[in-house]
Amino acid sequence: MKIGTLKTIKAFKDWFIIKARNEGSEISVEETHQLLQEKEPVVLLDIREKDEIVLGYIKGAAFLPQGLLNVKMEELLPDKNVPVVVYCAGGIRSLAAAKLMKEKGYAHVFSMAKGIDGWQKAGYEVVSDSELTPDQLHRYSRHLMLKEVGMEGQLRLLKAKVLLVGAGGLGCPAGLYLAASGVGTIGIIDSDRVDLTNLQRQILHGLADVGRPKTESAKEAIHRINPDVKVVTYQERLTSQNVIEIFRQYDIVVDGSDNFPTKYLVNDASFFTGKPYVYGGVFQFEGQASVFFPKERGPCLRCLFPEPPPPGLVPS
Amino acid sequence: MEVHVRIPAPLKKLTGERDVIHAQGKTVGEVLRWLTETYPGLKERLRDERGEMRRFISIYVNDEDIRFIQNLETPLKEGDQISIIPAIAGGSLES
Repeated sequence: MKIGTLKTIKAFKDWFIIKARNEGSEISVEETHQLLQEKEPVVLLDIREKDEIVLGYIKGAAFLPQGLLNVKMEELLPDKNVPVVVYCAGGIRSLAAAKLMKEKGYAHVFSMAKGIDGWQKAGYEVVSDSELTPDQLHRYSRHLMLKEVGMEGQLRLLKAKVLLVGAGGLGCPAGLYLAASGVGTIGIIDSDRVDLTNLQRQILHGLADVGRPKTESAKEAIHRINPDVKVVTYQERLTSQNVIEIFRQYDIVVDGSDNFPTKYLVNDASFFTGKPYVYGGVFQFEGQASVFFPKERGPCLRCLFPEPPPPGLVPS
Repeated sequence: MEVHVRIPAPLKKLTGERDVIHAQGKTVGEVLRWLTETYPGLKERLRDERGEMRRFISIYVNDEDIRFIQNLETPLKEGDQISIIPAIAGGSLES
C-alpha cells in the first residue's frame, strides 16, 4: 500500500470519528456506568473479537463481534427501542457499530467513548472467565494478543519449570526473559559469588550484590520483575551426584555454564532424563546456540562435538 | 580453486586476526593442509598427535557437516565456504 493511500484512509477515519461524535451518539464510561446502575433495561454490547474478550469484559455484556453485527444484530436484539451501549477496546470500532445499528433502525444506540480501556482506567470492574488473575491478564496482555502464544500458551508458560545452569553471562539474560514472560518456576544452580568483573554482562546482579551468592541476587532480580515466579536456588556446583535428581524436577534445562565438563554433564544428564537441552556458548564476539532433544529423535551435543577438548587446549 | 575459510574467534590469534581466509584446494583435506602450512599454529589445534581431526571441532562446507558428506575427501567448488566450528564453553571470558 502506498503512503498516499494510507494518508487518505487516515483522513477518512478522522473525518468519520468527528462526524460520528458530532451526531451525539457517544457516551462516556461514567455515563455508561451510571446507566447500568439504574433499573432501566439497557443492553451493553461488546463487539470485540474472542481473543480480546478473554482478557476481560464488562459484567452483563452481550457479545457480538463487529464482523457479524450486520447479519446477527436483529436476531440478538429484536427490540429496537431498548437503549444499547456498544463498546470495543478504545471506542473507535464501537462508533462505526453504533452508526450501523442506527441505520438499521435502533432508536437509542450509544458508543462508549474510550472503550473498555477507558472503563478500566476509570477504575470500574472488568470480569473474566479466564484461569488468569486480573493482574496476570493485564501483565501478559501483549502475549495474549499474539496468536502464537495466546491464553493457551500463557497457561503453559505459567506451568513450565525451567532450570538455569549458571547465573552468568548467558544465564542472566535468559533468566530475565523467562521471568518476564511468565515461566512459573525457575531453578538456578550456581556456586559462585558475584564479582565486580561480572557486572558488565551478568545483568541480574548489581553493584550492591558483589560478594553475594549469584543465586541470591538472581532470585531477587527476578522477583523485582515478576514476583509471581517461583525461584528455586541451588547454591552448589552441578555434579554427577546431584544432576539427575535436580533435572528430574524440570521440563527444560538451559545451560549457561562456562566450562566443558559441566556442558557435557548437562548434555548427558539431559539425555538420560529425557529433557530438552538448550545449549549456548560464547567466545568474545562469537556464539553458538542450539536445542538438543534426543528424546524427540534429535541429536545431542556429542553428535556435534563427540568429545570435550582436553583441559588447557582451548580457552573457555 | 579458491574457497573461503571462516576462522572462529578462538583461532584468530593464529591467523593474524583474520576471520576469513581465501584458500586453495580441490578437497577439504587439501584446503586444511594448505591452511596449516600457511598458518602453522593451526595444526596443533585442528589435529591430534596422530594427525587425526580433533573431535571437538566440526568442519562444514557451506551448511553441511563434512562427516555426513565425504569427510576430508569432500570435493569443493569455486567459492564454497568452509567453516571451522569448535566447541565453545561460554558465558564467561575468564581463565
